[in-house]
Amino acid sequence: MKQFIRGIAENNHYQPTHLLQILRQIQAHYHYIPEAAIEQLSELLSIPRTQIISVVEFYSFFHLTPRGQYELLISDSITDHMLGKKILFDYLANKLGVAAGEVRKDGVVSLDNTSCTGMCDQGPAGLVNGYALTRLDRPAIDKIAELINQQKPLNEWPSELFHVDDNIYKSGLLLDRQIEQGAALRSAFKRGIKETLKEIDNSGLRGRGGAGFKTAIKWQFCSEEQQTERYVVCNADEGEPGTFKDRVLLNSYADQVFEGMTVGAAVIGAKQGFLYLRGEYLHLNNKLQGILDQRRRNGLLGSNILGSGLDFDIEICLGAGAYICGEESALIESLEGKAGIPRNRPPYPVTQGYLGKPTVVNNVETFLAAAAIAVNGGDWFANIGTEKSKGTKILSISGDCDRPGIYEYPFGVTIRTVLNDCGAADVQGVQVGGPSGTFISNQELDRKLAFEDLATGGSFIIFNSSRNILDAVHNFTHFFAHESCGFCTPCRVGTSLLKKQIDKIVEGHGSAGDIVALEELCQLVKNYSHCGLGQTAANPILTTLERYLGLYESHLKEISFEPGFDLDGALETARRMANRHDASAHLAQTESEHE
Amino acid sequence: MSKTITIDGKVIPFEEGQTIMDAAMAAGIYIPHLCHQPEFTPHGSCKLCTVKVNGRNCSACTFPAMDGQDVLSETEELINDRRKITQMLFVEGNHLCPGCEKTGNCQLQAVGYHLNMLDNHFPLFYPDREVDASHPDVMLDQNRCILCTLCVRASQQEDGKNVFAISGRGIDKHLIANAESGLLKDTDLDATDRAAHICPTGAILVKRTGYQVPIGQRIYDHKEIDQVSLETEHLQHGE
Repeated sequence: MKQFIRGIAENNHYQPTHLLQILRQIQAHYHYIPEAAIEQLSELLSIPRTQIISVVEFYSFFHLTPRGQYELLISDSITDHMLGKKILFDYLANKLGVAAGEVRKDGVVSLDNTSCTGMCDQGPAGLVNGYALTRLDRPAIDKIAELINQQKPLNEWPSELFHVDDNIYKSGLLLDRQIEQGAALRSAFKRGIKETLKEIDNSGLRGRGGAGFKTAIKWQFCSEEQQTERYVVCNADEGEPGTFKDRVLLNSYADQVFEGMTVGAAVIGAKQGFLYLRGEYLHLNNKLQGILDQRRRNGLLGSNILGSGLDFDIEICLGAGAYICGEESALIESLEGKAGIPRNRPPYPVTQGYLGKPTVVNNVETFLAAAAIAVNGGDWFANIGTEKSKGTKILSISGDCDRPGIYEYPFGVTIRTVLNDCGAADVQGVQVGGPSGTFISNQELDRKLAFEDLATGGSFIIFNSSRNILDAVHNFTHFFAHESCGFCTPCRVGTSLLKKQIDKIVEGHGSAGDIVALEELCQLVKNYSHCGLGQTAANPILTTLERYLGLYESHLKEISFEPGFDLDGALETARRMANRHDASAHLAQTESEHE
Repeated sequence: MSKTITIDGKVIPFEEGQTIMDAAMAAGIYIPHLCHQPEFTPHGSCKLCTVKVNGRNCSACTFPAMDGQDVLSETEELINDRRKITQMLFVEGNHLCPGCEKTGNCQLQAVGYHLNMLDNHFPLFYPDREVDASHPDVMLDQNRCILCTLCVRASQQEDGKNVFAISGRGIDKHLIANAESGLLKDTDLDATDRAAHICPTGAILVKRTGYQVPIGQRIYDHKEIDQVSLETEHLQHGE
């Protein structure tokens, strides 16, 4: 083991910033992070063991105790549930003889749930040793169980199990035509870098991750910083349940995304860029590395790019299962080899980002658009969309519709148009912008997708009238509690309290005061949390309470107070010990049950 | 002319580089806090010191004071919500004040009194947490840890060691000790270290010092935490 670990550390130049990449390799090899490896790494990287342990315990894909040789994870996104995930999961657990969260006795396989893997258009989905599995059904599961029991290496598994489709159903300004390799850089150098920034400014391009900060202003702020060591980071940690557009952009438009990053580097004066790729998209890694190599060979990365004097290169860093790393300052912490805990702001990343240096962090789609704007000019983009939301938005559509997949629309499109195009009928509501966004009902289908009305990072999950909205709320609320980084009190404790409170209501233990308590708690988590995760974690509840109060109320018992736990159930152990089964050994929960 | 901010209508001066908390303390204004100690780098995690700055919620201990800021602190809304955040800290751990050696000297308890906290408000979590009594002179009771990281910072910034860290995610976050065994006895922690004395609750206690000061004669038995904080912490900060 010693030699193996030393080799990995050496390949990573003993850089503590590469801790996640190093741990990923150790986890892939041993299927856990052995104590001895932590001790050795602590010496090799000159960092305290506590930093390594805290990273291992922070990210979902690292483990201190052994997992199976086949680490099987099934996506727990609401869209997977809508496609029958639960029954399939039980079937799989039964077939393999292993329970959720467990390792089979022979150590061959472990099984667990994982947050949305970004395959909502082709679920139920999962991961085996980090590689995406799609369209799981009983025959696929039979096959997987057989392969695992035969202990067949992954590279001998049939490729259709891993097949990922793009599913682009509607293309527009950006997806219609990919720019020619190098075209954006040539245009930018020819026009001049300052003038190119001006074109991006004129285009009105705003960040596509959801927050919508103006891209040109961000780039300009960064370029005006005194520190000359600067960084460009592409945020490909798309963890918002229901979002998968970046997966498609990186599968089929990666060259243009990298080109956008290089234009950004020219503008801000960066020599180094990073693509922070969510761990769930491991299957894209080799392909992306190949594209980077090709760009280097073609003089589009490396030193003196296209003879312009610009030196710039891009490194791909993989995440390890943490939704919070989509938050830009948490992402930077993760890039530095630490747990993804959002920083205090100010200072903002544009002044103090990666290693304390000025850093621009933008979404994949933002860089894609920036490259196209560098070629076609600002007006080309600004002529489309609405007053405050220029250009187009790429949507990831999933849930109850005939054609789940990728759709590009000019900003300002109505929900109704989108629903018609993807073949959605009998719509009850739509989760716009993912769990952290807004749940709208079928009374609001003329609302528009735009920063002026419904802002969105691109997630669009459709629910038809057969669905119980509270199932979605329950799923999303559990998701946030699982993904809270735990840094601040309101989010760490609050998301767990929200989970308990929503469970209480959904399971039928709620009474009149519980909805008031729920709403009060939502406001507390929303108003006092440290970062966007906590500030939006209550949105699934708040936006559905506003629209479906009756639904919540229908789950309440008609009594004024209901205890938070099952009183009679709590006595079960005592009854067993006393060997009592008679009626008087049972307690009624409430007075109404006495009657 | 010196720059000023306004806290609850009172105009107070500040120096460049000060946070809202720094400026408030220097002016004799107490803003409730638990994870903050003026001697150490602000952390901004407990969120008790949340104030409204020009209408937006900010942590006073990390947010820089800027000329002309209108800061609200002692509003009914903020006091009520600070109480709820304190209640969150209580239900998350196992805080049994009457049986805790720290009672009367405990900042969590004192903040609770200050904010007129009369019950837990939220359901208790009853988490299963460990006690590490391995060290000859110091004991660590995770049941009372509120993850403020003061011991982490004190060990790094004052003791020149690195005894503690926070590990885990979300509600599973916990304090860890820097030893291969994970036990406090195998770290280089000394009972004289600042880290052994800085805990605002009873999570880290020095052994054989318990009950030397009788209950009833302890710090917060006679003074409220706002007065104690302004007398002691401001002094430290001014030095």
